[in-house]
Amino acid sequence: MNDDSVYDGLLGGDSSQWAFGTDFEDPLAGVDTTVPDGVHAAELAGLCLRLGDDALVLSQRLAEWCSRAPELEEDIALANFALDLLGQARLLLARAAAADPSIVPVLPEGSPVPAEDALAFFREAGQFRNVRMAEVPNGDFAHVVVRLLLFSLVRLATLERLTGSPDAVLAAIAAKGVKELTYHRDWAGRWFVTCAQGTDESRRRLLTALDQLWPLYDELFTTDDLRAGTDVVLDQVLAVAGVPRPQLAPLGGAGTHTEALSLMLAEMQVVARAHPMGRW
Amino acid sequence: MTTPLQAGFDATIARHDRIEPRDWMPDGYRRTLIRQIAQHAHSEIIGMQPEGNWISRAPSLRRKAILLAKVQDEAGHGLYLYSACETLGISRDELVELLLAGKQKYSSIFNYPTLSYADVGTIGWLVDGAAICNQVPLCRTSYGPYGRSMIRICKEEPFHQRQGYELLMTMMRGTGEQRAMVQESVDRFWWPSLMMFGPPDDKSPNSEQSMAWGIKRNSNDELRQKFVDMTVPQADALGITLPDPELRWNAERGHHDFGQPDWAELTAVIKGNGPCNTQRLAHRRAAHEDGAWVREAATAFAARQAEVAR
Repeated sequence: MNDDSVYDGLLGGDSSQWAFGTDFEDPLAGVDTTVPDGVHAAELAGLCLRLGDDALVLSQRLAEWCSRAPELEEDIALANFALDLLGQARLLLARAAAADPSIVPVLPEGSPVPAEDALAFFREAGQFRNVRMAEVPNGDFAHVVVRLLLFSLVRLATLERLTGSPDAVLAAIAAKGVKELTYHRDWAGRWFVTCAQGTDESRRRLLTALDQLWPLYDELFTTDDLRAGTDVVLDQVLAVAGVPRPQLAPLGGAGTHTEALSLMLAEMQVVARAHPMGRW
Repeated sequence: MTTPLQAGFDATIARHDRIEPRDWMPDGYRRTLIRQIAQHAHSEIIGMQPEGNWISRAPSLRRKAILLAKVQDEAGHGLYLYSACETLGISRDELVELLLAGKQKYSSIFNYPTLSYADVGTIGWLVDGAAICNQVPLCRTSYGPYGRSMIRICKEEPFHQRQGYELLMTMMRGTGEQRAMVQESVDRFWWPSLMMFGPPDDKSPNSEQSMAWGIKRNSNDELRQKFVDMTVPQADALGITLPDPELRWNAERGHHDFGQPDWAELTAVIKGNGPCNTQRLAHRRAAHEDGAWVREAATAFAARQAEVAR
């Protein structure tokens, strides 16, 4: 290897030399975003926003684990899940904005902020559609395992169904997500069993996390017909782990947020909001 | 008197061939390599923190993805290097304990704080740039597993450097406030970046032996000069000023002349008195201690599975 070769091309040349491009890329570049006949644009946008917000908010929580995991391998895995969900969020928010531009916050004239970023960084907490399971603050490693297991079980079932969406864009985003969510679920399932059958302490921590998060599980289901398929898988994991299904009532206030969301967004949005005319 | 084992080792080094894990090697060579590879691995892991500080606040979804992927890569580089180090007969657990006990070092650059989003760009451009300068020659280092790890890492580092330079370029095309952020960030990181090459050659006690063993291929001052020569045109293209009044082209030498960093500051940071030494180690220690029960659970679970299989 030539000592200088790695520097070649840092200057000059065309923009294709860059690893990530030199300008804002439209995540849906080249995709026909016309809403098909028979699909209600505002409903499609609402669905994409809900799924996009779930992904964005949980991605933010997972990314908080970066440099804090019990082992390097798990640090890398958690960052992977955060990146997968962040990618889904970008596509879904862009799809929502293209389907119904009226949902996008209005920024000062000439602002270069793309629509999906306007949705992510310039909405208030009350305008976010995500479930509380995605937003509650992180706990210990057992907490992230339980949260990922419950969240990815239901999101996987939801996205599997949406691969047949009449909107080809959403169907394609869902198909990509199914592959990712399958891995998230399997990773979380393995660690669920490991914690349940590892040591007394790991089992105690797992059961505590399950009790904390179980009351938020019900809110993940937007339609009851997703429950049957999801329950089969969950019951299998519980059986292998030797953990009884919690008998806890759903938490009241479904459809609202916890106090944690606005705090999370204050941090997430601070730089973007300070520079509404900025280029990044 | 030279033993046949020593003579074999010397001949391998003289031929610029690789020493492999099962080959005989002098104790000093082994110790030096463990120290250097471990320090390099620890730098990757501690180096996740200053940039990781901005993941939650990245100002666009695209930037958040790029930054998170970059910090994740650093964890991966740490893994390769811990594995390379383990071939010398020490375990990852032992290396982590030595780091947490303060008995092994990591690069001093990570003891400086990241104070604005521009620092993400500056770290990519200057810190990763300086790291590449140091690392590319190490692809030819005499110890096989280390050299091969470096080849892999050097394939990924240029992406890190480019994302940093690209962020700064983009910010310079943005608002006046953003341009000021970039300049302020470069002002803070320029001198610590020059210190990344280590003390001047006449004050670098280990360099001569490391060069003789083929572990090190270029002197600190040579690499520092190369870095300055490459960085100056990049700074011009960016439209920022490097904070060194002595920096100028010397046509006679065919290199840039430049001022000396404050070496007393480097010594102080190495001794533990940098702005973030305590914070960085406390963060790593907390993650390690918080994760202890998980590692114990995984070990207990694996033992139980093995018992069932028997």
